[in-house]
Amino acid sequence: MIDQFITLLPELNKSFLETLVMVGIGLIVALIAGLPLGLLLFVTDRDLFLENKWVKSVTGVIVNLVRSVPFIILLVFLFPFTNFLVGTTTGPVAASVSLSVAAIPFYARIVEASARDIDRGVIEAAIACGASPWLIIKDIIFPEIKSGLISGLTITAISLIGYSAMAGAIGGGGIGDLAIRYGYYRYDNFVMFTTVILLIVLVQVIQYAGDFLAKYVKKG
Amino acid sequence: MISIEQLCKVYQTKDRKIIGVDNVTMTVEKGEIFGIVGYSGAGKSTLLRCINILERPTSGKVTLDGIDLLSLSPKELRTARQSIGMIFQGFHLAISKTVLENVAFALKASKVARAERKRRALELLDLVGLSDKANQYPAQLSGGQKQRVSIARALANNPKMLLCDEATSALDPNTTQSILKLLKKINRELGLTIVLITHEMEVVKEICNRCAVMEEGRIVEEGKTYDMFAHPQNALTKRFIQTVLDFNLPKELLERSKGTIVHMKFTGEIAGESVVSDLLQNYDVRGNILHGKVDYIQNKALGTFVIELTGEDKEVQQAIESVNEKVEVEVLPHDRSIHHSAAGAE
Repeated sequence: MIDQFITLLPELNKSFLETLVMVGIGLIVALIAGLPLGLLLFVTDRDLFLENKWVKSVTGVIVNLVRSVPFIILLVFLFPFTNFLVGTTTGPVAASVSLSVAAIPFYARIVEASARDIDRGVIEAAIACGASPWLIIKDIIFPEIKSGLISGLTITAISLIGYSAMAGAIGGGGIGDLAIRYGYYRYDNFVMFTTVILLIVLVQVIQYAGDFLAKYVKKG
Repeated sequence: MISIEQLCKVYQTKDRKIIGVDNVTMTVEKGEIFGIVGYSGAGKSTLLRCINILERPTSGKVTLDGIDLLSLSPKELRTARQSIGMIFQGFHLAISKTVLENVAFALKASKVARAERKRRALELLDLVGLSDKANQYPAQLSGGQKQRVSIARALANNPKMLLCDEATSALDPNTTQSILKLLKKINRELGLTIVLITHEMEVVKEICNRCAVMEEGRIVEEGKTYDMFAHPQNALTKRFIQTVLDFNLPKELLERSKGTIVHMKFTGEIAGESVVSDLLQNYDVRGNILHGKVDYIQNKALGTFVIELTGEDKEVQQAIESVNEKVEVEVLPHDRSIHHSAAGAE
């Protein structure tokens, strides 16, 4: 069994790294694009300081549109776009394009939901102080939801690991790909179990680290 | 200072219109503490929020020191808001910021430099008596302390006026008193104009120079606090006054008493005179005090006594007439139960 593991190790390493690349890129894009999008969804909501029915509904519809397409279909659907962007449709970087596209609205909704938990009175008090919208977002909303943003990122990361297995199945690489290639096509249960255990450990570590960080930034 | 003209606020829901504020016109003078009283849903909170345009009026005019607040651009309005501080029933402090940061936020809004922000925030915390709590978080403070922080925040930009939205309603009586004292102090020392809304007549009695009573979005009565307490006109005003000055007698007592029950009200200077003892000395009547109290409103005495006079009908009549010029006398009718309920016993 040890021998088996040692033979598997190089491939396991490679797959693990590929998964990290896919999920990592997805997370970074989610943070860069999903966070502002989520805040936009929040501040343009009814009775808020940048209330805007049009922006809110158009953004909302786009977000829902992406979220309603099953990931495996989104993946295939985005092949031309991926090809245009990175020049190929295989490999972890190509897979991360679709992962990012899925992650943005996912995270945006989480950001929006945690912003909704803020006491509206606090925002109102900031408006009464004569604060500008940008200052309110930066100095009131953002610090108040910081902990929620990290928890949301944890949830997004774990979902992306799940998605990355699907991306792997159609040429993206990663742990999921490894499990399907060996476990499914070759009935190699050893590889199957190893990858499943690896995924379990990965998810646990992410969850634990996320919880720790979320708690750490929560003050007061 | 601030003048509100024909202000209306209407909420349009799918199937009907809800009138929040109905054609209100009022003025608050510089340095005044003005109270708006009403039950929940009377529209007082909406009216207050229209003053700094947290709520945009449907129609009407809000003028602060000659500036029409409704004609300002968003940026100009933000600057104008910096001269109107506001405190709330729920304090509304950012829970992820320290006490100091909460106060400094208001200064950040007015683009005060970092070092100056800290200095000024500490100065404000000193003013409200919380210098030692600067680095604590709101969750570590009591309700009264939180309200002090929010007062410090509201005062940060040297506002001309302070709006108080049920600022003491969530506090216990002791804390309420200390917050009211603080408000009085900043009114006196900083010459700050204060507009407060409340459902507690006690608060009005304690600190307001003038007040208005609101019902269904309208101001039903308005005047100097003393006059409102001494001579309430509107039925609702009377009900509110009664929550503080209640001179209703128990029914059993009214039924038992055989004499003439007289309700005397002493206002202003007269409250200091010995009207009652003169009456008892000069006429052959006996007096039995059933109820009585002297209140000090805006440092003016308002005395109310309920006295049962016994003796010859004629003497009693003359005795009452003798004081009639000096004080307001009301003789309770013989069918007392009716009067009792008409006086608004609930």
